[in-house]
This record gives sequence, structure tokens and C-alpha cells, in this order.
Amino acid sequence: MAMRPAAGSTLSRLLVPAVLLAVLGLLVGATDLFAGDYLVRIVIIIGINVVLVAALNLSNGFTGVFSLGHVGFMAIGAYVAAILTLPLNLKAVNLPDLPRWLAGVELPFLPATIVGGLVAMAVAVVVGLSLMRLRGAYISVATLGFLVIVQVILVNWDALTRGARTFAGVPSYSTAWNVWAWAALTVYVVWRIGASAFGRDMRAARDNEIAAQSLGVSVVRSRLLAFCISAFLTGAAGSLWAHFITSFSPKSFFFTQAFSIITMLVIGGLGSVSGSVIGVLVITVLSELLRNAERGFDLGFLRLPPLYGASQILMAVLFILVIIFRPAGLLGGREIDVRGILRRLAGPRRQKSKEDGV
Amino acid sequence: MTPGELLLQQLINAVSVGSLYALMAIGLAMVFGILRLINFAHGDLIMVGSYVTLLLAAAGLPFLLAAGAGVAASTAAGLLMERVAYRPLRGAHEIAMLLTSFSVTIFLENLAIILFRPTSRPFTAPPILRSVIEMGQLRVASVDVVAIVIAAVLLLGLTLFVKRTTLGISMRAASQDLLAARLMGINVNAVIAAAFAIGSFLAGVVGLLWSARVGKIDPLMGFNPVLKAFVASVIGGLGSLPGAVIGAYVLGALEVLLQGLLPSALTPYRDAFVFAVLIALLLFRPNGILGSTEREKI
Amino acid sequence: MLRLESVDVAYGHVQALRGVSIEVRDGELVTLLGANGAGKSSALMAVSGIIRPSAGRLSYDGVDLGRASALEIVQHGIIQCPEGRRIFGGLTVQENLRMGAVRRPDAAGARRDLDWVYSLFPVLGQRRRQAGSTLSGGEQQMLAIGRALMARPRLLMLDEPSLGLAPLVVRSIFQVIRELHRRGVTILLVEQNVRQALAVADRGYVLVTGSVALEGSGSDLRAHPELEASYLSTARGGTGR
Repeated sequence: MAMRPAAGSTLSRLLVPAVLLAVLGLLVGATDLFAGDYLVRIVIIIGINVVLVAALNLSNGFTGVFSLGHVGFMAIGAYVAAILTLPLNLKAVNLPDLPRWLAGVELPFLPATIVGGLVAMAVAVVVGLSLMRLRGAYISVATLGFLVIVQVILVNWDALTRGARTFAGVPSYSTAWNVWAWAALTVYVVWRIGASAFGRDMRAARDNEIAAQSLGVSVVRSRLLAFCISAFLTGAAGSLWAHFITSFSPKSFFFTQAFSIITMLVIGGLGSVSGSVIGVLVITVLSELLRNAERGFDLGFLRLPPLYGASQILMAVLFILVIIFRPAGLLGGREIDVRGILRRLAGPRRQKSKEDGV
Repeated sequence: MTPGELLLQQLINAVSVGSLYALMAIGLAMVFGILRLINFAHGDLIMVGSYVTLLLAAAGLPFLLAAGAGVAASTAAGLLMERVAYRPLRGAHEIAMLLTSFSVTIFLENLAIILFRPTSRPFTAPPILRSVIEMGQLRVASVDVVAIVIAAVLLLGLTLFVKRTTLGISMRAASQDLLAARLMGINVNAVIAAAFAIGSFLAGVVGLLWSARVGKIDPLMGFNPVLKAFVASVIGGLGSLPGAVIGAYVLGALEVLLQGLLPSALTPYRDAFVFAVLIALLLFRPNGILGSTEREKI
Repeated sequence: MLRLESVDVAYGHVQALRGVSIEVRDGELVTLLGANGAGKSSALMAVSGIIRPSAGRLSYDGVDLGRASALEIVQHGIIQCPEGRRIFGGLTVQENLRMGAVRRPDAAGARRDLDWVYSLFPVLGQRRRQAGSTLSGGEQQMLAIGRALMARPRLLMLDEPSLGLAPLVVRSIFQVIRELHRRGVTILLVEQNVRQALAVADRGYVLVTGSVALEGSGSDLRAHPELEASYLSTARGGTGR
């Protein structure tokens, strides 16, 4: 239940996020300076996934609007930002049919990313207005329809996207720093929304739509707002990803990608931001390990041939097992209680005073 | 070709595509009706049957036997899917079940990729399915005619089944009120297994006809058909069997119509239009043309 | 004879029944009374095998039924006519009745019972080819009871048959219940309509928030002065007055 913070604890409230941020900064800095390329890549991938999953949690976890098509927003953000940052000379060669007002534009990374996010959000407003009144699985399937529509448009709007061909030459602007800055921002935003009165309204609407409505919660409005903010962040993540991978095609934003993001979300636990982070860590690391194993290895006595696709299968099986045995995810929908952990670490004396206080 | 002949040609086209969608959509509708599960892995049953048929035919088995084995394989795969992945989730939240069906899809598709490589393989159907029938100016693919005839026979059989047999009526009862069905002592496990078996059998048949039409198979071939089947179900009303059939033929007609009416610049976007129609439908008539008779459970 | 001995039933974290002990002897009509949420339907669902009791013993003629499936319960002859009718709206009246007999091995007996049900409820006979959803509330209740009777119950459990029905219809439903009782069908009747229920019951139990608060013969309960105010009001535990 909501507890009012005691007066004078504002400092302690800010302390935890500040410390976490400092630790994060140290880790990212250390990786950037000392780690090899491979590790840096993994760190960047984890950071982008954190943005994607936390943003998806805002929609799927908090409001119960279980969007299956969010990858569509990622695609929109990616393509929009990539078109904007593509150097002019490459634009002339790869996108000769670009409308004139776009052909002469070349934006730096941050503005392009923001524009990508905004365009995704604008689309989300339109899509959201149509869909927010639906319930349950119907919304999910409608968002899947949205994903297919995005896919078809991307594949066919040659002038803008090069169609089904690879969109290459995107400048490699994503670094561990800016990716994790976005990740930290996303986690903070989603966490704050979740902890706010607005977040409480959303969860009320998720758990019991009729009761919430009778209490005056505007279900449609809260869902739409969450959906749009989530779309903006997802679009931004698309840009981050585009500038990391530097070449992609519409196929990169389809079913498989959608499923892996949802897997991370469900395993971490719907409705828990810290769960999302943990889910991302577990799945990304696991799938990297499995993908390496896919190439086959030779242990001397045991030789495994290359099995591309095996990692996907294992992920699918893992997913099914989690849904059957622990559908609430690793964290069961609750947040990691950082302060609680710190208190426990501080020792028995501190614990007693906690009991007195409450 | 006279306009009349053109219309007839397109009509046959629409009906044959609609027939395939209908057989697929019924499988989806049966399972959704009882379990409230949208089984996206249904599409992969097409793929399973097609590969089994292809491999056995390549190994020397006469096509009819290979086809029979393929359909049997689809049916078996469907039953296995129910037992292993869906039964443990009985009564779970509908989103959980939907996501599980995606996992099953990923599992099957990647298994096929490992076993058969992601590239497509040619599927050579026997001559009866590859020829073209000429009637005046009309040229009709024999596989289309076969599809229409087979669908008609199967649909008739299915109608008799759900109206006359105890198992069929039990299935309809279970899809209307599962709790009441249990209270009557209806063997819900058997009913659900039957629904999966019938749906998977139909998917196997669709697989054959689809592969014969397209001429090749690949591990991801089931994805598009199941999406279309789902759209068909929604058009007619999710969970309603007659709705699934009607929705399927409407969808077939819609596709052929769009193909003909859209300016050539926009024809590649045809599928996008189809899904836009789906979204519009979900908005204005979420219960589809026929709608299910279930009341909102509060 | 149906026996619940100190049965507990829980839905997740909610305790619906707490240490409930109830007996229904052959040929009796026992009524289960209680306010909304008192646990009456949970008791029936536990007997029907839909929910498993978390504690206590559930037996019929000495046979332990705690772990039996819904199907097995029906095979024992224990049939529930659930709250809200729950007839199969898309099926015809005849198909609904046929579903009631789905577990019966004797087709001839089932056909005889079909005629009997139509004689008990002539209006069903008139509407036998109509879809269940086109029937009025009272007709649906008759259909639900008829469907339960098609299973040839040894113990018939009725959950609030009078719910939402006009007084005239309620009276005719209770006439049927009386007739069945006269014929020797053992009945466990859950009701909120206290007057009608106690008018037909041999014995009764009153449930308050999951426990048996009062039990006695029909006449004793009828004579109880504070029954409705103390035990059946929806104020918690009846201590409002």
C-alpha cells in the first residue's frame, strides 16, 4: 500500500537513485575504457533492451494493454532517425527517390532520435485512439495487425526505406554512454510513473476496469497516455539500435524481435521495472551464451555441431516453463526494495528502529 | 474474356482461397470457442504436414500415402501441442495462453529451420493438382477446384458432426459455457482433444492444398495463413464456427476485390489494407458478423 | 447420504468455507441459507468437484469424494443446477436436455426421462427446437432443472433457483421442487428466498461468512425470531442490528 514518506526523508529518497546512477556511471565508464569490443557490444545491447522492455512494461505491465506490436514503433523510430542522420552523399546514392525536403537534411544523433520517438508517438496516438477501447486479447491481436501493417509499408515504400533491401551506412553513433543514458532515463521515467498517483490509476484500471471507472478513473485516457509515452521511448530505442547495428531491413523488426522483447518482459515480471532490468540481463546473457554454443563447440569428448536456431528454441521452451510455473516472472511483479536490502545489511539495530517507526 | 467470364474467374479464385481460409479458421474457432485460446501455432501444423508429405514422397512413397501421412502428422502434432503446452495452462489468463502459443510457434519454426534449413523447397504435387482446366476462355487451376470440392465435403461433414453427434454437441456446449459443461459431467479433456484433433486434421489438409498451389514450402510458411485465418475468424465472430466459415469467404472475396480494385501502385499494400479492415472491424463490430453468444462475464 | 465434515474451501487467499459440516440424508430436502458471499455456492462447487477442499472430508455414501473429478461426481449421481441457470444458449432446448444425459449409459431410460421432463415442464416441450437463449428467465430455470433431472440424480443440488424470477414463476418452480421431493429425490437447496425455502425444507443450515452459524429442522428455523435480521443480513456477521 502507498506510504507517505516521512518529512525530511527527501534526501534519503534521492540518495538511492543517485547512488545507483553513480554506480551505473562507473560501470559504463569502466566498460568503455577497459573492456574489449565484444563486451562493449553486449553492454550496448543490454542497454537498448532495457529501454525497450521498460517502455513495454509501461504499456503491457502497468495498464494491461498487452501490445504485441510495439516492435512496429521501434521500426518507425529506427527508420525515421536513420533517414535523418544518413550523410547526404549516402542519401543521394541509397535513397535517390527521397522527397526533396528530406534529401537535404542531415541531423545529429540526439535530435534525430527524438524526432524518431516523436513520429512513433504520433502514430501511437492514432493507433491508440482506435484500440484503447478494446479488451484483452483483442487489443493484442489488433496490435499484431498494426505490426503487419508497418511491415508491409516498410517493405513497399521503397523511396523512403529501400523496401526489403538492407538499409546500410547508418553512422555508428550509439555508444555505451548515450545508450545507458537513455536506459537510465527510461527506467527513471517508467518507475516514477509507476509510483505516482497516475500509475496507481493505471493499475486500478488494469485490475478491475469497471471498478476503476466507477471511481472516476478515465481508463481510456490513462491507457492512451501510457501507450504513447511507451511508443516514444520504444521509437527512441529503435534509433539507438539502428545506430548501433548500422544496417538493417524491415525483417529486423518483425515477429522474432517482438517475441524476444516480450520474453524478457515476462521473465522479469510484468509491472516491475527492476524486474524488467533483471529480465533483460538474464535473457541477453543467456541468449548470447546459447548463440555462441550454436556455432558448435568441441570439448574433446563432446562435439556439438552448429545448430542455428537452437537458442531460439531454448528461449521458447524457457518461456513456456516460466509461464507455467512462475507466470508472475522472476520478481513476481514487485520492485526490488533497495532500501529494504540496505536496511537489512545495516544490521539488527537498524531493523528494530524500522519496526518501531512503522 | 467477357466481363462475365472475368467475374466467374475471380469468383472461383475467391471461393477457392476462401475455402482454404475456412478450413483453417474453423480449427482456430473450435479451440478458441472452448479454451479462449488463440492458437497461433495452428499455422505451423500446415508446415509440419507439408514437410512430412514432401519427405515421404521424395523417399518413394506414392503421393496419396505421403499426403495421408502428412495429414496424420499434422493431427498428431496438434494433439501433442495441446497435451504438452496448453493443458498445463487451463484456466490461465488469456494473454498467457496467447504468448504460449507464440512460444510454440517459435519452437516449431526453429526446429524446422534446424532440420530443414530456412530456404524453401519445391513441392511437386501430382498432375491432378497441377493442371489447368479450360472452359471457353476460362482457365481454372485444378487445385482450386479440388480445394473447393474438398472444403465443401469437409464442411458438410463437420456440420453433421456438430449437429448430430453427442461429441459434436458437447463441443458446442463446452464452447458456450465450460463450467456448465463440466457440471453436466461432459468429459472436457476429451472434447478439447477432439477440437484440436479436428482442427489439426483440417490444417493438414490445408497444408497439402496450399503447398500444391504455391509450389514450394519453407519453415515459416504457416505464419501468413494463420494470420489470415485469424482475420477470417474475427470477421465472422471469434468462437463461432459458422462465423469462421463466413468470415473466411468474405476475406477471400475481399482479397480478390482489393487485388482488382487497388491502383497498381498500391497492390503490394493489399495485406496492409486487409489488416486495416481487421482493426476497423475490431473497433466497430468486435463480435464480428455473427458474434459469439457469450455474455460479458463480469 | 452426503457428508461434509469440517470442510475448508479457499479461492487463492480468500477463505470461502471454514470448518463446515453438513449432512444430507437420502430423501431429505435440506436447504442452505445465507447472505451473499456467505459461501453457499462454494459449498456446492466443492461437492461438484470444481474446487478441491483444502481441509476436511467430503463423502457420499461413505465414498470419499475430496479428490474426485467433476466427471466422477456426476457419475455418482450428484448433479448441480448452478446459480444463474447457465443453460447452453446456442443449443436448442432438446439439445440442452440431451447434454444432461451425456453421462448416462442407458439410452432408453434417457428417452423416458426426456418425456417425463416434458410432462413436468410442458412449455419446454413446446419450445423444444428453440435456442436456449430465446427462453424467458423462468423457462430457462425450468430448462436448467430439467437438464439436471436428465442425469437421473441421486442428489440434486439447486443453487438459487428463484434468483431474478417473478413471484408467480418462483411459486411454480417451488411446486416442481415440492413434487420432486415428494417423489423421493434427495435435494440440497441453496436459496436466498428464505420463506419459500423453509416452506419446503426438512432441515436447514445457515452459513455466515463461511461457517455454519445455525442448523435445525425446517420448523425450528421457521420459528426462529431473529433469523433474517441476525444471520441473513449482509452486514458482516449479522451483528449490525
